[in-house]
Amino acid sequence: MKLEFEMDTYKSEIKPTWCPGCGDFAVLRALQMAIHTLQLEPWNVVIVSGIGCSSNLPHFLSTYGFHAIHGRALPVAEGVKLANPDLQVIVTGGDGDGYGIGVGHFIHAMRRNFDITYLVMNNQIYGLTTGQASPTSEKGMKTKSTPIEGVIENPVDPISLALASGATYVARAFSGDVKGMAELVKNGIDHHGFSLIDCMSPCVTYNKVNTYDFFRERVYDLQKDGHDPSDMKAAFAKAIEWPFVGRDRIPLGLFYRTEKVPTYEDLEPALKKGSPVRQPLGVEDPDELLSEFL
Amino acid sequence: MAKRDLVFRIGGAAGDGVSSTAESFAKISARSGLHTWTYSSYQSVIRGGHVWTQIRGGLDPVLSHGVDPDVVVCLNQQTMDVHQGQVSEGGAIVYDTDGTKPDPTKLREKVRLLGIPLRKKAQSLSPNALMRNTVALGAAVRLFDLDFRHVESAFKDIWGDKKPEIVQQNIQAAKLGGDAVGEMGGSLNFGLAYPNEPKYLMTGNEAICLGALAAGVKFLAQYPMTPASSILHWMASHGPPHGVVVKQVEDELAAMNMAVGAGFAGVRSMTATSGGGFSLMVEAIGQAGMTETPLVAILVQRSGPSTGLPTKTEQGDLNLALGAGQGDWPRAILAPRNPEECFRLTAQAFNLAEIYQTPIIVISDLYLGEGYRTVEKPDFNVPIVRGMSAANGAEVKDFKRYRLTESGVSPRAIPGMKGYQFVAATDEHMENSELISDVLAGIPEYVTERNRMHEKRMRKLDGLRKDTPPPELWGPEDADLTLIHWGSTWGAAHEAIQNVEGRGIRVNSLEFPTLFPFHTDATLALLKDVKQSLAIEGNYTGQFTRLLRSETGYKPDHFFGKYDGEPFTWRDIADKILEAVA
Ligand SMILES: Cc1ncc(C[n+]2csc(CCOP(=O)(O)OP(=O)(O)O)c2C)c(N)n1
Ligand code: SF4
Ligand SMILES: [Mg+2]
Repeated sequence: MKLEFEMDTYKSEIKPTWCPGCGDFAVLRALQMAIHTLQLEPWNVVIVSGIGCSSNLPHFLSTYGFHAIHGRALPVAEGVKLANPDLQVIVTGGDGDGYGIGVGHFIHAMRRNFDITYLVMNNQIYGLTTGQASPTSEKGMKTKSTPIEGVIENPVDPISLALASGATYVARAFSGDVKGMAELVKNGIDHHGFSLIDCMSPCVTYNKVNTYDFFRERVYDLQKDGHDPSDMKAAFAKAIEWPFVGRDRIPLGLFYRTEKVPTYEDLEPALKKGSPVRQPLGVEDPDELLSEFL
Repeated sequence: MAKRDLVFRIGGAAGDGVSSTAESFAKISARSGLHTWTYSSYQSVIRGGHVWTQIRGGLDPVLSHGVDPDVVVCLNQQTMDVHQGQVSEGGAIVYDTDGTKPDPTKLREKVRLLGIPLRKKAQSLSPNALMRNTVALGAAVRLFDLDFRHVESAFKDIWGDKKPEIVQQNIQAAKLGGDAVGEMGGSLNFGLAYPNEPKYLMTGNEAICLGALAAGVKFLAQYPMTPASSILHWMASHGPPHGVVVKQVEDELAAMNMAVGAGFAGVRSMTATSGGGFSLMVEAIGQAGMTETPLVAILVQRSGPSTGLPTKTEQGDLNLALGAGQGDWPRAILAPRNPEECFRLTAQAFNLAEIYQTPIIVISDLYLGEGYRTVEKPDFNVPIVRGMSAANGAEVKDFKRYRLTESGVSPRAIPGMKGYQFVAATDEHMENSELISDVLAGIPEYVTERNRMHEKRMRKLDGLRKDTPPPELWGPEDADLTLIHWGSTWGAAHEAIQNVEGRGIRVNSLEFPTLFPFHTDATLALLKDVKQSLAIEGNYTGQFTRLLRSETGYKPDHFFGKYDGEPFTWRDIADKILEAVA
């Protein structure tokens, strides 16, 4: 079967400016593969990002994009989705962007269960600002901003946070496995509800601890391990394996998925008439509206 | 001179039902055909404290809530203590004999004291003590000789058809109040001939909502904050049937960012807040300027700094609106003076936002936003201009979202338009959205690119200056003194001018529905014949006065800044006029 859109149609003319070997290349590739597999029309896809090395991603694809300010990609994306729910809205960004400065929005977007797919390029460091600690940096990690004792805070666990906040599709992927990541992203986009794909995406320049090898030595596949993603309790148990319980085994794959929860768009009364962007402007019967003021 | 207006005040503790009784009286006044104006003084508590509302109704257009009341209803002793001395000669005080006591030595001449057992009378009809307000309301209606059928219709509005027995009980209670006045000497005999033709009554915030609906708003994201919350409340109940998504969000950062997303996606989008929330929106509104995304931001000011006096009015956020966001980006700031202008300028703001693809700020304040005023019927037939779209003509093939143009406005595309995909970028970018920031900044060719892109955006200010309403000079041209002010000060300023005219002092007034971009030439032309001027602002530093000076070099001769949280009264301004011309 001849596909309407070739893989290359989704590429823009702008070449990524990431360091050679950066994990973000794999995320870009996985996302491109996913939307290619789904044959999404590039003009009906909006990729929203914040600020960071990772957040430059929308420039490298041929869809619509919004390269927002640091930490605010999710609310911008929610506004896009509410104005035009027919669009496929995908959000990308870094761990600092999403789990640090933007963590409030992260929780609220999930509890609303918007039909949005969120890919976080989690490198456990601030890349663009040249290597400070991030909210997912491991305890003890020495960075530019923690040069003496290393990080003395506990890391945020995005997987547990997502489960607790009401995300309806929660997965972890790794840049060392592009195909596996592409599959998780594709299913996430397909999912009717909020999908988080936490992508372990090594920063080869500033994070010398959480390297490709670090992950290769520790990761295992949840699905091969027999994990049932419809079981929330089991999902929590798997989530806490890393970093809460230890750092020897890092689960990858789908932790949790449910289609039973309606999305925000399903419930929003103003959307009953269809996409707001297509509605006529103004008021049909001003006199009726004004009657309460007389 | 025969009396042409009435001033009614009711006060008590929060939770006494002062505001609903006042609202009923305002409705009664508007339905009697009076030009009506209200001001509520309240505090940031849910129960207790001291709250009062003043309602002024006039046969002629009224310009402020007035000063001294003709009738005060005192629901507690504190109200009596604070207000008894302010009642006008020939007026009356209505109070509950059960628990409230006047001090006759504090009263002006010929003020009648009407002690009525309000609570007892209310409880003779129902155990609900709140109805004592209704008894007092009935007394006031009788004192002013207002038509009782407006009382009935006001109650029907509040309780509707669902609770006819409550409506009936309240009508009975109001009648008991009226009868009590009958037994105690009857009405005040003001002899006002009420036209009894109903007038539209609304707050500035409601007028903003109506203007937005007329202009076709489809998205409002907001976080509650006094005095902007009533925009969220009204829109939440009225917006969805008109296809407006109304969203209470986690904070004002989200509110502004969501409004940006919705504007980018192609709907008419807005947010509303007060100074504290606007402070949180600052980075995101600049993002809209940079990405050339249309939206309307409503800033209803309250007393600052910081949490300040949440329930009090001020005009202290002009600098915030002028300076919001890092770097320079084009914006317009519109300052409605009254509800009619809240409606009109809000509707216009949506056009300007889309024509110039940039945020437009409408700046109002608590006094205008929350006070009820009668207005001319709003005309929903507002012009709708959606600005330049790439779909009308621009070639898909060489479409560049940020094309350099003379006007600074580039053809716009919205997601879903096939072939026009682009990335809106908050980093500095080129015509095709490619970033200059990453690897190109500083290379001579891209230094030029940056300049061209920045200048393109800033050129929008020229268009905005032409398309926004110019300053206006109101009153006699050959005045001895010119008042300079903006926003809600309008009414009290005009009334002060009328008042001093009676004493042979000629004053006019220079007012600015557009605060930015500054209309420098028009302002200089109007300033040419000014002999002496008095700038009036609800803030300490004279934020507008400084703007005026920086844009025109003109320094007003006198400055009257007010920052006590209370709105200007005409008397405040008249006093300053007399000082200035002395
Ligand atoms: C409000 C604000 N604060 C700080 C910055 C500076 N800043 C830019 S990117 C960044 C952190 C990026 O880290 P992350 O989101 O993890 O992305 P990465 O570069 O690692 O992909 C910071 C702090 C900013 N742009 N805006
Ligand atoms: S600094 Fe790190 S995150 Fe940024 S591009 Fe280089 S490798 Fe990637
Ligand atoms: Mg990072």
